Amino acid sequence: MLNPISLAFKKAKKENRAALLTYTVAGDSSKKQSLDILNSISKNADILELGVPHNTPVADGSQIQTSAYRAIKNGIRMNDIFKIVKDFKKSNKNKPIILMGYFNMIFQYGENKFLNKCNSSGVNGLIVVDLPWPENKDFAKKCKKKSIYFIQLLSPTTTIKRLKKIIRDSHPMNYFISMLSTTGGKLKVSPKDILKNYTKIKKIDPKKDIVIGFGITEKTIGKLKSADGLVVGSAICKEISKSLRHRQNPVTNVSRLVKKLKNKIL
Amino acid sequence: MKIKKRIPLIDQGDKLGFWGGKFGGNYVPETLKKPIEDLEILFNKLKNDKKFIAERDKYFKNWVGAPTRFIKLKNLTNHIGGAQIWSKVVSDANGGAHKIYNATVHCLLAKRSGKKFIIGDTGAGYAGKMLSMAAKKFGLKCKIFMGAKDILRQQPNVKAMKKNGAEVIPVYSGSQTLVDAVSECMRFWVANCDTTAMCVGSTVGPAIFVRICGWSTSQISRELKVQLIDEFGSIPKKLKLYNCVGGGSSSFGFWNEFMDYDKKQCEFIGVEAGGPTKSNKHAAPLTYGSKIGILHGAAQYVNQDLDGQIEETESISAGLDYPGISPLHCFLKDTKRARYTAASDEDALSAFKTVTKFEKLRPSLEPCHAFSVAIKEAKKLTKDTIVVVNSCGDAYKDREILKKRLGKKYVEPN
Repeated sequence: MLNPISLAFKKAKKENRAALLTYTVAGDSSKKQSLDILNSISKNADILELGVPHNTPVADGSQIQTSAYRAIKNGIRMNDIFKIVKDFKKSNKNKPIILMGYFNMIFQYGENKFLNKCNSSGVNGLIVVDLPWPENKDFAKKCKKKSIYFIQLLSPTTTIKRLKKIIRDSHPMNYFISMLSTTGGKLKVSPKDILKNYTKIKKIDPKKDIVIGFGITEKTIGKLKSADGLVVGSAICKEISKSLRHRQNPVTNVSRLVKKLKNKIL
Repeated sequence: MKIKKRIPLIDQGDKLGFWGGKFGGNYVPETLKKPIEDLEILFNKLKNDKKFIAERDKYFKNWVGAPTRFIKLKNLTNHIGGAQIWSKVVSDANGGAHKIYNATVHCLLAKRSGKKFIIGDTGAGYAGKMLSMAAKKFGLKCKIFMGAKDILRQQPNVKAMKKNGAEVIPVYSGSQTLVDAVSECMRFWVANCDTTAMCVGSTVGPAIFVRICGWSTSQISRELKVQLIDEFGSIPKKLKLYNCVGGGSSSFGFWNEFMDYDKKQCEFIGVEAGGPTKSNKHAAPLTYGSKIGILHGAAQYVNQDLDGQIEETESISAGLDYPGISPLHCFLKDTKRARYTAASDEDALSAFKTVTKFEKLRPSLEPCHAFSVAIKEAKKLTKDTIVVVNSCGDAYKDREILKKRLGKKYVEPN
């Protein structure tokens, strides 16, 4: 059976649109609430990235850091995160879930044990921010054996020679970082230039799905809609923080935001 | 796992930057792969370039002030009544600590690569102060990331950084100390690596930063080797080198030139920060058996919980207050070339009292950890044993802490 991630891209392409990927931090602001958010946004999002919070993140901006610290403070543990995925999958069997985080969490859990747990709870893909190519070769192979996509990150600083090597070794989905920035930075490159880079990468192997992420908001998402997929993370984390500050319900506010995002790329 | 002879330890990592196959490496976001590779190419070329070495040596001699003194602590030796206690007074260096070597080399590299901005992290404030000095000297714009808690407790160094024209950026995330400052500095580099050079303040971080820092601070042992031969005619038969270990830059530099000697002749003793006696928190991952984990781009022994969240540390010395430790020291520990132990906050304060009572030397709280263990062990050693303690920082920055903990009479009037 095809990985649900690839099915989601297929479905979006059939509808002639980009796939919408959301990112929320597991356990933000509580275990229950983050599950409620996933359940509620899954109507409009095609693929759900679930962040594994870490307390020394080297690539996350302030919005995601705030969410991660909040989740850790509220006691989220690795096994809780697998439980959230498992519970989510009970009612959303085919909605793809990607865990995104830092390698130390996998390293401490044990690579094999981690992947087995991913399988039994229903994780379909992994993004490991600080495990670049070629360091990730062995782990990516292990993922493949378990039918889990290991998603390679590509950056504007990645040379063309390196891009080719990474994409040759990559699984069916890759992630292009729009600009030099931590997550949630202000988009400092024009969407046109981002798409130019995207096209360059896409040409290397047109069969592989490539999503664009970092700095994408309600304002900018529409201009990038020709990509295979678009990831919105910090803007959602910010919405959760804002809701909590104003004593509003994050679940309804985030759902509303995701619906708006979806409408922009239709 | 084995150390090779006649090859600098910094060059003993494998292709992917791992020492002993498991310490170090490059656990970095994709965006940093290219700037790190560029820096590797530049450094590998320049470290063997005679002109570059001559340039480095010129600045070390005329600007940093090489060599720093190597002195016998006669009164302390007489008081203790065991081994001879000597000190390498690295705090003589311009700015008052060993951090100047790494800062100078990073600025020289930044100039060569055409970068106009340089950023750095700091705990005790020394790495930041020295980087701000070097940046000013070499005409680079400078930003220093520092934990908000450290800014409060190390004010003299904060003032110095600002005076040198650096922008000091307070970091409020996490424990608001060095670990968070390094994270924030790396994040800034992720977003600005096209225009900005990064200086990691110790022998930590992705492998290239470990290597550059170790190469720079090795100046300390190069000087010491000459000074020992001048003083004793040859390297003493029983030599013990004591150094505090936080990230591990001063200790590595203090030991490097003696790496190939048998440890029976030349023993290395690293002293980590044990924290307050009554606290469970410490900054001593090697002493207290922490597990290997990944922090700031490198695999190392690090204080962490079962999930892999990095744990907060507690130490009176901001410069040692770091949950991880250089991959080089993990390698030295596992190959048993160096021995590691810890001293508590109280031990360090007591050592400060003893040293300042007998000698005209005012080591900062970081080297006081090393003095504490050296004094205890020297008692039991014979008179022909040469104990050398690296006094790698000056106590001026600690005046507020010393005043609070020991009273006014321990703070000099300046």
